[in-house]
Order: sequence, then C-alpha cells, then structure tokens
Amino acid sequence: MKILLTAHINGEEREALGDTRDTLLELLRDRLGLTGTKEGCGNGNCGSCTVLMDGVPVNACLVLAQEAAGSRITTIEGLGSGIGAHAKLHPIQQALVEHGGTQCGFCTPGIVLTAKALLDTTPDPTEAQIRGAIAGNLCRCTGYDKIIRAISAAAATRRV
Amino acid sequence: LAVQDFAYHRPLSIEAALGLMAPHGARPLAGGTDLVPQLREGRREATHVVDIKQIAALTQIEAQPDGGIVIGAAASATSIAHHPHVVRYFPAVASACRLIGSWQIQNRASLGGNVCNAAPSADGVPPLICLGAMARVASRQGQRAVPVDGLFAGPGKTTLGHGEILVSLHLPAPAPRSAAAYLRFTPRREMDIAIAGAGAWVQLDTDGKFAAARIALASVAPTPFRPAPAEQALIGQAPSKALVERVALIAAQACTPISDTRGSADYRRHLVAVLTRRALADSFTALGIAIEAA
Repeated sequence: MKILLTAHINGEEREALGDTRDTLLELLRDRLGLTGTKEGCGNGNCGSCTVLMDGVPVNACLVLAQEAAGSRITTIEGLGSGIGAHAKLHPIQQALVEHGGTQCGFCTPGIVLTAKALLDTTPDPTEAQIRGAIAGNLCRCTGYDKIIRAISAAAATRRV
Repeated sequence: LAVQDFAYHRPLSIEAALGLMAPHGARPLAGGTDLVPQLREGRREATHVVDIKQIAALTQIEAQPDGGIVIGAAASATSIAHHPHVVRYFPAVASACRLIGSWQIQNRASLGGNVCNAAPSADGVPPLICLGAMARVASRQGQRAVPVDGLFAGPGKTTLGHGEILVSLHLPAPAPRSAAAYLRFTPRREMDIAIAGAGAWVQLDTDGKFAAARIALASVAPTPFRPAPAEQALIGQAPSKALVERVALIAAQACTPISDTRGSADYRRHLVAVLTRRALADSFTALGIAIEAA
C-alpha cells in the first residue's frame, strides 16, 4: 500500500511516498536517492547496507522503513564536511584512502559507518576489537588487513 | 518488497499489542532480523506486523531482589550482553548474545525473537534452557508461564497459540554451587550459524557431587534439545575426566542431527561430544574444579 514515509536522516527530516513494505534501505536508495548505502545480499549477511540508527550500526535491509520513524539515521552521505572544492572526507574515509583500504569500494560505506560507531564508543580499539566490530561487513577485495590498519590509524589521528 | 502487503502497527502498551494480535495473520516484530527477510522472501506470512519494541516493559532488563533477572522479550542482544547483572550472574547468556550474528544484528535482534523464531541453531536458546528460564506468554485471555524448552514445536514453529506473544524471559537466581557455559562450532568465528552448539549447567551438592544438571544442544535435532540420559548420568557422581567423556558420548548418541550444507550428521554427533565435554569443563572451571579436558 502507498504510504508517506518519514525519517530523520543526516540531520534533516525527510519524507517520501513509499510502500508499507519498504525497508529502510529502499527508502534511502529508491525513494530518497541516497545511493551511497549499498545493497549486497539483502538479508543481513554482508553489511554493505550498514547505516547508523541512533548511533549504532544496523543493516538497513533488515529494518522496515516505518520502524525508522523517530530514530536518527546517519548514512555515508552524512559524513565528511564542506561542499564542492571545500569538501573534506571524514578521518576514517581519509585513512582508508591513505592505507589502500578500499578496492572496488562496494563495502566501504558500511565499513566506514561501522568503524565510526566503534571509534565513537571505543577510541583506542585493539586489533581484535576492530576485527570483531567489522565481522558483519564482508569485503571480498582487500583481505581486511589494510582496512584494519586504516581504522587503527584513524583512531590514532582522532586521539591526537 | 515483501510478497504480501501488511499493515504496520506500533503499540505503546502490552494491552494494545494484544488487541492488535487478534486478527489471523498478525505477527509480532521485535528486532526484525529474522522476520523482515522472511516476509520478503515469502518464508513467513503476515497481514499485520505488530512492532512491540516501543513498549517500555518489553525492552526492560530488570534484576530481581532474589538475584534472578527478567529480560523483556524485545530487549536487544547488545543491551543484554552489556547489562551488568547479566554479565556478572548469567555470563552464559551474555556470551550467547554476543554470538548471535554480527554487531549490526545484535543491535536489533532480541533474545525473545531468537526464541520465537524457533531455529534449531539459535545460539540464545541453550543457555536459557540450561539455566531453567521461564517464558511469560500473554494473550487477551490472560497470561501463562512456560519453561523455555516447552516453547518449541519444530524448526521455525513454536507452541504459542493464536494471539499470544512472548512478554519476558525469567531467569531464576543462580543456585549455590552452580555454573553454566555455552559453546558452539562455526567455520567462521563471527557471523555464522552453529553447525552444533552445547550448553551445560551443573549444580554440586555439599559433598562435591552433582545434585542437578541440564544440557541443551543446538542444531542437532528439530528443536533445541535436552539429552536426558546424559543429564542423568551426572547425578550423584563426582566431577572427573572419565565422567565428562562418558556423558559427552551419551549426549552425542541421544541427538538426531540431519546432514545438510553445513555438516553431516556424523560430524554433528562428533561435535556434540566435543562441545558437551568442553561446556561441562568450562562450568567446572567456573566452580573452581580443574579436570583435564581435551
């Protein structure tokens, strides 16, 4: 059934005409054009669609769009700062660039958001904590080591 | 899109939720990590989806004056795994909640949903059964209490009746000289489904012999399963390596695993013996008893 969906996304109240059955992922990508969030498996295994819901990572494909009302959603479009020539990557994104922690890039938005949630609560994570946190974000290119290094480096930068 | 259209409801009280559960085809939604993909893939049907996690009582985790705890059916795995009373007095439950899926899943998934999804592999269930957890179930007709191991009818099927929802899980206060552990085997350490899992709970009498024991196995029968002969073999005995090995073999013989993509029936039986032995050894360690266990 057609329905007006509302959600608080990247600091703005958004609304869009959608379907009662839409997931948060469909609201973001198909109704609002926020295609930075990726659909991989569509059933909670790959983590490509990770967004932050009230600061914690969730799989947008497993959340109904109607469940999101009243929560603060952060997508990859909500990170970084500035626009145009003044655009600046988020420190975690910058570290991934510098350490070659991204190859095809499909998993990267989800990795960045999971890493952000980790560093927001654990400013000095161990390697085991980083590996545990991103266990739900599959990357088929990098072998993870460069991603782990990038997250460690971003944590160190933030602590300076 | 889900195969079938449904109406979404977000009640703020248990009474309102029970009213919304009255129509046939109504289904409660907690974390949604099982239900949402099931609806989309047509593996479950619902005409009304009743989101119960805005009901304050259903997300509460409350330590009881006697040392027990009441866990609201919609409380997330993350909130349970971090609750100080759970961590301190029910570590097997805390560690099982950290095994369910990924961090993303644990932030949404509820222990109540893990129970009601009724997967034989559910990691949250064996510790609840081992610890003697009771489920409080409500409908418009009233409430009833059911032992958690009485909730399962088969893979994906519970014994809940029409219009009933699971309200809370009640763990009794830890008994003196008792301890529990849950272990599972997966090819990946995180984010995987158990090929087999084993939970153990033991209580010693004042002479250091087993007064009571519960063993609960995952992924080796159509429902989470207690191998009664293995439990009985512990009673009245003193902890020893030989006893643990004997009990582990009895548990392996008692289960009825299937062969599927994740493992053969023989492999699962082998895993049950290993995991039961280690889960028993871990609960002994928590009681300060050292036995040699491989």
